Amino acid sequence: MPSSVMPTPEWGGGSQSPAAIIAAGLRKSYGDKTVLDGIDLRIPAGSVFALLGPNGAGKTTAVKILSTLITADAGEAKVAGHDLATDPQAVRAAIGVTGQFSAVDGLITGEENMLLMADLHHLSRREGRRTAAELLERFDLTDAAKKPAATYSGGMKRRLDLAMTLVGNPRIIFLDEPTTGLDPRSRHNMWQIIRELVSDGVTVFLTTQYLEEADQLADRIAVLNDGKIAAEGTADELKRLIPGGHIRLRFTDPAAYQAARHALDEVTPDDEALSLQIPSDGSQRELRSLLDWLDAADIEADELTVHTPDLDDVFFALTSNTNIPTQSKENAR
Amino acid sequence: MSSLSLAVRDSNTMLRRNLLHARRYPSMTLNLLLTPIMMLLLFVYIFGDVMSTGIGGSDRSDYIAYIVPGILLMTIGSTVIGAAVSVSTDMSEGIIARFRTMAIHRDSVILGYVVGSLLQVLASLVFVGAVGVAIGFRSTNATALEWLAALGLLALFALALTWIAVGMGMASPNAEAASNMAMPLILLPLISSAFIPADTMPGWFQPIAEYQPFTPAIETLRGLLLGTEIGHNGWLTVVWSLALAALGYFWSRALFNRDPK
Repeated sequence: MPSSVMPTPEWGGGSQSPAAIIAAGLRKSYGDKTVLDGIDLRIPAGSVFALLGPNGAGKTTAVKILSTLITADAGEAKVAGHDLATDPQAVRAAIGVTGQFSAVDGLITGEENMLLMADLHHLSRREGRRTAAELLERFDLTDAAKKPAATYSGGMKRRLDLAMTLVGNPRIIFLDEPTTGLDPRSRHNMWQIIRELVSDGVTVFLTTQYLEEADQLADRIAVLNDGKIAAEGTADELKRLIPGGHIRLRFTDPAAYQAARHALDEVTPDDEALSLQIPSDGSQRELRSLLDWLDAADIEADELTVHTPDLDDVFFALTSNTNIPTQSKENAR
Repeated sequence: MSSLSLAVRDSNTMLRRNLLHARRYPSMTLNLLLTPIMMLLLFVYIFGDVMSTGIGGSDRSDYIAYIVPGILLMTIGSTVIGAAVSVSTDMSEGIIARFRTMAIHRDSVILGYVVGSLLQVLASLVFVGAVGVAIGFRSTNATALEWLAALGLLALFALALTWIAVGMGMASPNAEAASNMAMPLILLPLISSAFIPADTMPGWFQPIAEYQPFTPAIETLRGLLLGTEIGHNGWLTVVWSLALAALGYFWSRALFNRDPK
């Protein structure tokens, strides 16, 4: 593709920390369905990056392109300093991928899966056995090592999958929805494992549809919606993007509700639920002044909740606007 | 590591994986062996007297001599169906996506399939050949050179059909589709000279029977083991085998190297 259409991304280096992954203008469509509509990314080495988005947003497609599984229709990307289009084998040597669907060989045992990876990474027999045993131990799979992987539970398969990814000591790891379908305990285990990886200096590219997961793990989050990056930043930066903070008062007595509604300005009333939303940053000062005012006016709310903006608000705010036209189109059909 | 030794090492790893599958789940290979063996026993012990008269022989042993080369080539056709099925199943697994994102020799996955399947076919040939000998097949006049040529012919034909079967497996979205697509490999021997001479078939059908890949291979094997006329069948077999192998090779690679869904 002509380089003139490229924006001018910094190919690593500069004053910032070196980029593990850098992409500009990635596009991919299947037939007339555009899955990725121009994605730009810059992920510093040693950080955790989360690509957050609803189902069908294009997260998996982005991972597939960056991990050399499929080729982009347009755009350019470098992973670990190697160009995806011209030197995919060098990219492959630097990365590890754990896909959404377990990439384990179900017909052979967990240990055989690990030894298969050791052989493909050209480790010596002794080193292969040692690495396999170590990783099986680390991922709590030693007891199941001699059983066919097809008999493993979802969480065990995912752990085996990640253990296999780590055999080659990759510096960049792609995790495509690593906890989708896992129970809460397995999910927390997986989070712990990911944190340990990061403390070893590995760069993690994570996709998830769980806001909490991105909030917990990621240094930077990009919200992907309809093939475009709707917003990017730290969790706090994203939360600051939208004014979601408010205090909610709920009443059971309609008279008290009406009194409060008319006495307060800048409220969002909900007549059916008999509740009022008052914009607030949730600080002690604002809360006290509201309480003082309610006491002075002799209004008693039955319930008071303080709502600070979380990633859910950001997510819904960022992904709902673009959804509306799509939905109305569908309704019109 | 040089690219050749990398290719050999990775292909060998893939081969060991496939042989592990075959050893641990032998039921499919054994099932596929049933067809040629049942055909052999059916045609010899149930239809044998009539068939023997039909080929102008004096007793059943003449028909055993006639049918065993055909059954051996039929064995190749039916066992490579296993390759088509297991390749299509394997290709839909996540592990293949993992291989594609690893810095391994790109063709090693396919080479692993081909060599693994070829070894299974050769093992099946030894088994079916042993059954043939057990029921009375003898090759008394063949020289050592003819025996060697016969083994070479079987290996070459097996290689050709294995490549085709691997391509069929790559082209099929699931095991059912793969076994449907591979059906001709089991049907073609039935309309070859495996069971009856092609010149006893209806006139309009004879060209089809004579020039499809199985008949020349069967006639060549008969010639080598029993001393019958080979004629143009020898080079026809070589041409068919090389053409099918090349077709399967380029087809499989093209399918493997396209973007997965």
